[in-house]
Amino acid sequence: MAEFRFIGRHRRAVEHRRFVRGQGRYAADIVPAGLLHVAIVASPHPHARIVSVDASAALALPGVQAVVTGEEMNPALEPMLPGVDAPAVMRFPLAQGVVRYAGEWVAAVVAETRALAEDAAELVQVEYEALPFVVDPGEALREGAPLVHPAHGSNVIWHRRFDWGPVEADFAAAAHRLSCRVQWARSSTVPIETFVATAQWSDATGLLDVWASIQMPKFPDQLARALRLPGNAVRVHYDVDVGGSYGVKRGLKHSVLVGWLARHLHRPVRFLEDRLENMRGGDMQGPDRVFDVELAFEADGLVRAMRMKAVDDVGAYAGRSPLQLGKPVGAIVGPYTINAVTYDAWSVMTNKTPQEAVRGFGQAPTNYAIETAMDRVARFLGMDPVALRRRNLIAADAFPYLIPSGTSYDSGDYAAVLDKALAAAGQDALLAERDRLRAQGLLAGIGVSTCLEPSGGNSSFEPLFNPKNTTTTWMDSCLVRVDLNGAVTAVMGTTSSGQAHETLVSTVVGEVLQREPDSIRVIHADSLNALPSNSPVGSRMAIMLGGAAAGAAKRIRAKLLAIAAHQLQAPPDAPRWEDGDAVLGEARIPWARLVEIAHREFHNLPDGMEPGLQEKFVWEVPTGGMIPTEDGRVQMYPCHSFESHVVLASLDPETGKPEIHRYVVGHDCGVMISPDVVHGMTYGGVAHGLGAALMERFAYSDDGQLMAGSFMDYLLPSAQEVPSVAIVDHCTPSPLTEFGQKGSGEAGYLGGPAAIASAINDALAPLGAEINALPMTPAAIWRAIEEGRNR
Amino acid sequence: MTAPIPVTLTVNGTRRTAMVEPRTTLLDLLRDHLALTGTHAGCEHGICGACSVLLEGEPVRSCCLFAPQAEGMSVTTVEGLAPARGELSALQDAFLECHALQCGYCTPGMLVACTDLLARIPRPTEAQVREAIGGNICRCTGYQQIVDAVMLASGQKAAAHG
Repeated sequence: MAEFRFIGRHRRAVEHRRFVRGQGRYAADIVPAGLLHVAIVASPHPHARIVSVDASAALALPGVQAVVTGEEMNPALEPMLPGVDAPAVMRFPLAQGVVRYAGEWVAAVVAETRALAEDAAELVQVEYEALPFVVDPGEALREGAPLVHPAHGSNVIWHRRFDWGPVEADFAAAAHRLSCRVQWARSSTVPIETFVATAQWSDATGLLDVWASIQMPKFPDQLARALRLPGNAVRVHYDVDVGGSYGVKRGLKHSVLVGWLARHLHRPVRFLEDRLENMRGGDMQGPDRVFDVELAFEADGLVRAMRMKAVDDVGAYAGRSPLQLGKPVGAIVGPYTINAVTYDAWSVMTNKTPQEAVRGFGQAPTNYAIETAMDRVARFLGMDPVALRRRNLIAADAFPYLIPSGTSYDSGDYAAVLDKALAAAGQDALLAERDRLRAQGLLAGIGVSTCLEPSGGNSSFEPLFNPKNTTTTWMDSCLVRVDLNGAVTAVMGTTSSGQAHETLVSTVVGEVLQREPDSIRVIHADSLNALPSNSPVGSRMAIMLGGAAAGAAKRIRAKLLAIAAHQLQAPPDAPRWEDGDAVLGEARIPWARLVEIAHREFHNLPDGMEPGLQEKFVWEVPTGGMIPTEDGRVQMYPCHSFESHVVLASLDPETGKPEIHRYVVGHDCGVMISPDVVHGMTYGGVAHGLGAALMERFAYSDDGQLMAGSFMDYLLPSAQEVPSVAIVDHCTPSPLTEFGQKGSGEAGYLGGPAAIASAINDALAPLGAEINALPMTPAAIWRAIEEGRNR
Repeated sequence: MTAPIPVTLTVNGTRRTAMVEPRTTLLDLLRDHLALTGTHAGCEHGICGACSVLLEGEPVRSCCLFAPQAEGMSVTTVEGLAPARGELSALQDAFLECHALQCGYCTPGMLVACTDLLARIPRPTEAQVREAIGGNICRCTGYQQIVDAVMLASGQKAAAHG
């Protein structure tokens, strides 16, 4: 493996210098003069006709500037589009005529202060006529169910059955088959910063400035389109720090609302969600899936084929949420040699808060379903779950490995990572500890998962799920500039929400130019001077932004080497780059001199060379550019990280309370550019996965009300629930990327829930009990124990 | 809405007065009236701890206190944790060294909680650290590197994490 000077080393994150001083600049910290504030009047009904809105009392309060409804605003807007071909599923920031979930925005109250806006919102009288509604996705699929969008004609917003390989033949030939149903509950990433959008319009310039806590591909384009403005009339400022996102901060409707209000009122307008608005009407809940998985397998544990049906409840409207059934196509067999797959994917609408992209874009639920089915096979055969996995893992010498759904896995050594994790956990000691806990009267179990993290986020699921969408590039970019005094600045074209991109880019540019990374400044452009970016989604930035930064820096280096060659009257490729200088034999032209020539001495430049020193690089996703085949095969993401979790958990037999005693993650994301960042994301992903597995659920009552709209009832893991976690690194470089790196932004989350669930079911196994739905709360565990005891 | 009243506090060692509606929270006073935006709103119902500040040296939720309740008291925010301009407290430095944050949004509250812990218990156990930050939710880090940072700041762990 190549030796690096800065890559792979411990380095303090650049961004953290401001964060530990309380000097981050988040969207809520940006307060243009004359700012107005929005409060929302939300629907109390899951489905109702809006009969009338009376805002007279609210408008009578001094300081209230406007009360706006969908009737007034929507005719001036284009609807926000779903990610699939369903044009009748129209979505606007404010409901018009009909509300489709409890919490949907009905009116926006704009006032001089937020408190005043809230006072006024309470005075808005809305008369509703309740309509039949549906909250259960199974019910929504039934004939005669109330339709969430009657104009669409069905509650199914997207459905397709894929058949890849000889599924029927493999099932017929296999010695055994087994099926199970598992349920991934509606949870989400729930960042501690709620969504914030501020907009300011100028009649003089015809420009809308936007500061939003956004993490979203093509956000400025969609915002401009919805507002019927040309793209160059919307300037999104990417230099705001985003207080966590992990996928969900797609506040397009929030931004359309304040954009329109700012223009309408000719005052800057901000909407800052409170916690209930965030959880109920912010449209940022996550996948909500029922899986039916059937495996065909041999007596020795070899799994030949899989049938998977996935029904995902996207709620009342859809942006990109149906596509979260699409990304898992690119890792539909997990890390296993499964030969043939049927994937029957249903995206269903109900009268609930809409779903948004969540860390892993649908892969974590799919991994949980695959792993649960693998555990079932092990139990059926009386086989050690680890041995079963070893029997099925793709071998290290089989890469690149083409899976039935058309994606090629780039590289990996799955068995080695599993072995490392087991060794770190001390497999024998772990078994002894489990037996010791059992001897104490506890229920104790060991869980293992082996899961993939597809990375380098591409958009192949867009044409796969919508043939009218011919997107085959999801580029990212970087511009590197060296000023007259020799200082280096790199420009990136998107926001960051905790991924330390400034650290990433400065490390990479420093590596290529052999300049101290801490001397390199990284800035976030605004959308009018940014190069194209598809934002930090899909575990893509180490690959895509890192690759683009390296590409731009290499062009700078090449230019300086050409200047040196010209100075030394040598062939262009003769000088070499060393410690940030150009060297040829005994001759060394230092950095400062090369920069001076580029900026000042046209007479010393090679013929045809542009003066100055800045270079851009726009990078296409490696392996991108492919339109799916007719039978739905496509290269989804380019790179494939791998993780193996080993968990020892116990359950209190009297209360059902789970406790994790040992947690080890073996992780391979290729070459780590910033090990601190990778480890941090992995620790965080485990914690997030623990929440999904054990605690977090957006529960709804039968009458369509969200039962978890605060942190009192939507439970987030604290430092007392999250155990100490040990990470074991392994490195299989990707052949597709600049430095061998893969992505890691979803690490921990993609294998954690499966392993934790596996441990709990192992603990329940002696009772003959099991749980097949997340979250496995103490109450759910207690019920399973009681059922087991009474069996 | 009621008429604004004056509230006087000593904030990070400096006496400050602001005219606020009586229903203004301490959090909003700090952010909106004193431009101390390091303290963050997370849940505004006392669970997440992002708004934590030290009031008379004790950690409190600034979202759950009305500003007039703090009349005459001393408040320390994240902006006041460093011993001097250009310096960092040992804890802030350890947060940097151990990568104890990602998006930075919960960090001010975490620093406040851990500053209070180290003032009470200079060499805490891991369990004591986890208890001390048990009321501060972080969605990024999984807490591990925060625990590491407190151990480093309290002289119980060597530097050079990675």
